Amino acid sequence: MVDRHLGKPGSAAHSREAQRPPEADRRALLAELAAVLPADALLTAPEQLAPYECDGLSMYRQPPLAVALPHSAEQAQAVLRICHARGTPVVPRGAGTGLAGGALPRADAVLLSLTRLKRIVRIDPLSRIAVVEPGVRNAAISEAAAVHGLYYAPDPSSQIACSIGGNVAENSGGVHCLKYGLTVHNVLGIRGLLADGTPLTLGGEAPDDSGLDLLALMVGSEGLLALITEVTVRLLPRPRVAQVVMAAFASVEGAGDAVAGIIGEGIIPAGLEMMDALATRAVEDFVHAGYPLDAGAILLAESDGTAEEVADEIARIEAVCRRHGAISLATSQSEAERLRLWAGRKAAFPAVGRITPDYYCMDGTIPKKHLSAVLRRIAELSAMHGLACANVFHAGDGNLHPLIFFDANQPGDVERAEAFGLDILRACVEAGGVITGEHGVGVEKLDAMCVQFSSPELAVFHKVKQAFDPAGVLNPGKAVPTLHRCAEMGGMHVHGGKLLHPELPRF
Amino acid sequence: MSAPGGVHDERGDPVERRLACAIRAAASDHRALHICGGGSKAGLGGIAHGEALSTLGLQGIVDYDPAELVVTVRAGTPLLELQTELAEHGQMLPFEPPAWPGATVGGAVASGLAGPRRAFAGSVRDALLGVRLLDGQGQALRFGGRVMKNVAGFDLFRLQAGAWGRLGLLLEVSFRLLPRPQREVTVALACGVDEAITRMNQLAAAPMPLSAAAWSKGTLRLRLSGSAAGVSAALPGIGGDALRADAAACFWAGAAAMPPDESAMSPVALATGAAEAPVTPTASAAVPALWRLAVPATTRSLGAEGEVAIDWCGGLRWLRTDAPAGEVRVLAATLGGHATAWRGNPARPAMHPLDPVRLALHRRLFEVFDPHGVFDSGRFDADAPAGAASAAAAEASMARSSSASRH
Repeated sequence: MVDRHLGKPGSAAHSREAQRPPEADRRALLAELAAVLPADALLTAPEQLAPYECDGLSMYRQPPLAVALPHSAEQAQAVLRICHARGTPVVPRGAGTGLAGGALPRADAVLLSLTRLKRIVRIDPLSRIAVVEPGVRNAAISEAAAVHGLYYAPDPSSQIACSIGGNVAENSGGVHCLKYGLTVHNVLGIRGLLADGTPLTLGGEAPDDSGLDLLALMVGSEGLLALITEVTVRLLPRPRVAQVVMAAFASVEGAGDAVAGIIGEGIIPAGLEMMDALATRAVEDFVHAGYPLDAGAILLAESDGTAEEVADEIARIEAVCRRHGAISLATSQSEAERLRLWAGRKAAFPAVGRITPDYYCMDGTIPKKHLSAVLRRIAELSAMHGLACANVFHAGDGNLHPLIFFDANQPGDVERAEAFGLDILRACVEAGGVITGEHGVGVEKLDAMCVQFSSPELAVFHKVKQAFDPAGVLNPGKAVPTLHRCAEMGGMHVHGGKLLHPELPRF
Repeated sequence: MSAPGGVHDERGDPVERRLACAIRAAASDHRALHICGGGSKAGLGGIAHGEALSTLGLQGIVDYDPAELVVTVRAGTPLLELQTELAEHGQMLPFEPPAWPGATVGGAVASGLAGPRRAFAGSVRDALLGVRLLDGQGQALRFGGRVMKNVAGFDLFRLQAGAWGRLGLLLEVSFRLLPRPQREVTVALACGVDEAITRMNQLAAAPMPLSAAAWSKGTLRLRLSGSAAGVSAALPGIGGDALRADAAACFWAGAAAMPPDESAMSPVALATGAAEAPVTPTASAAVPALWRLAVPATTRSLGAEGEVAIDWCGGLRWLRTDAPAGEVRVLAATLGGHATAWRGNPARPAMHPLDPVRLALHRRLFEVFDPHGVFDSGRFDADAPAGAASAAAAEASMARSSSASRH
């Protein structure tokens, strides 16, 4: 029998057993670090450490032992060497916008922030590549490439703040990944450092690599295998035109059929997003995007490319939606209209935050054909647990974000929301899907990993971690649960509709 | 729904059970096994040793819903059978694998070989969504899944593309698919080599539906794929002469397998769905050794007489040269790339040697997936020299016989 179950929610709190080391050891470590870092690159006072005690998942907080903010890869290497020699864990951190606690500090670990490595080393417009340091913001790459008519395609919702190093660590997606791929499809090479400071080069401007595809393994490894010090990304020509179709359907089933129809037509839309009735009403009350309030589901389908390609694709998308019984249809005729139609979808999380004291955001992916069945199951579970749930859905790639409404101030609500989330997750896995489509595992979904993977598979993950980091000092305890830890499921737990970075869009 | 959550126990399937038993037996005797599908890539750098373990019992498409753009297929299924089924639904594998006779789906993944579309639609691993495999201890493991977005766990499934079975025997793989383009047109332009390299990269930097760009024998060939409207709009800006559709299909299918213009694939073979055998994989004194160099796309012409063709929008250079392997590898490395000995080229290992850091990582990963060296094929320079697994097996058998003789 394969070990593949969920235990009772809440039965194993996200324990952080790590203890702060004895004061003498801490002082000796800090003295060694101070010898290799400039004064402004080492933070040790409690008030300096406080801003680093969590990432975008603010429900877990833990001040680190110290924060290192190297100005160069050489300084980062010196920090790794010292920590490795002393057996001190290191937690790498990019911009700190991650939603799964991948950069959550430990009491016994140095937090290694790479935000100061933010140089765009070079952009080659003919080769269509950019070589950047890990602290460069995602959006800054596209801004720098814009003069050449090029851009970096993956666009996670936090792209104005998140760093490319963090994107690589998490294999970040975005609303355009059906057509343009995830981070792994757009990264050509990495320079990094193994846990002991050994430099490592994977991939580069030449296609593929000899031997095993270690570059692909590194992307999405959540900082457990190596520290990234430089990234070479692929740039794409910026599409000349983009247009979006908003189609309303009487039911989620109708919208789901239209999604299948669009794909069946041989179209890969640049973006394909769906919202259910509850999410649509919450959004329309909030931003007045012009969505019909009587709709059972709203579909947004974007086409981009040359004017001819877009005109052709939009006409075909409209025809498919009509054929599948769209009750209303609107196509953007200007950039302002396109942005207005998108504004609703992009405001879905804050809009839901206005109508419920708290919500839990789930992040499962399912085969699209099971959407109706999974949503029906979620509706049943909603009635069973007595909590409402709005659904937003990256319909093109099957990534579902159910938002569970609850009130943390009501006794028992948190547990009910967790139990509801657990059941949703189980439904996703039972439908042939996965527990996280784009937010990552971090600390938050450690327990949920046991739903998706058997013990032998988890054992292989641990051995792969060991192969790269035999001493186990790089971001230990994240991303892969220990074999006996299969208890609680997670979600993006948001209090009062507020995330740690309220200024960043989340969708 | 068949165990979608993935209770994946090889005991359920007799073929998988037999394969697992064979691997477990080999592991306990420290014997090497030689995984083979259709054998179409046997001439590519393998020093096959050990007993053959055929994947051909693993047949058929497990799950295919065109609206998902995803297919799950067993590893021994002929590539041609999969491609035919996908074509019937207006879809295709994005990476345009070489269609050698007998090629299987498992071999297409294990070899990681992609054709001309690779520069625009991605490589084998880019299309791979998940695998089920038997590791070196006969243990059935599943990594990845059947969905596009999945960030749970290390992406060990992508590691299988180009691993040549060194980490395990592939049982079943899932791919993301692309719709077949509404229209596809190839144009040919007379062009010098450096001008071709510049031109193809300039075009790739502009928004247009380019899907292949190759140069050989003074001719630049560009393929446009997409909506009829999009392709028609882009054509006037490129110029050149359009190739007949069958000639174009033949050219690009050949280019996936061999240097363009050197392929023995004929339009007749393509039309009947069966490619002819490519150039015989034996070294000939008359023909210089064939190398496949991966380099940054805008690298100028290698200048060598032997640069017979360029593909992947400049990223792939086919070289025929009598120069020693060491020189070719230094050339590739100096350019920031790597060189692979292709069919008929006796240089071993065929793969470009690894730097010491990656070499050590390879050895540790081999140990993770295959602690007894069952899948050690000598293809990787990280493999134990001269088939250590076989040597260990010989030792073990000697030890057994000597202990038997004492009784």
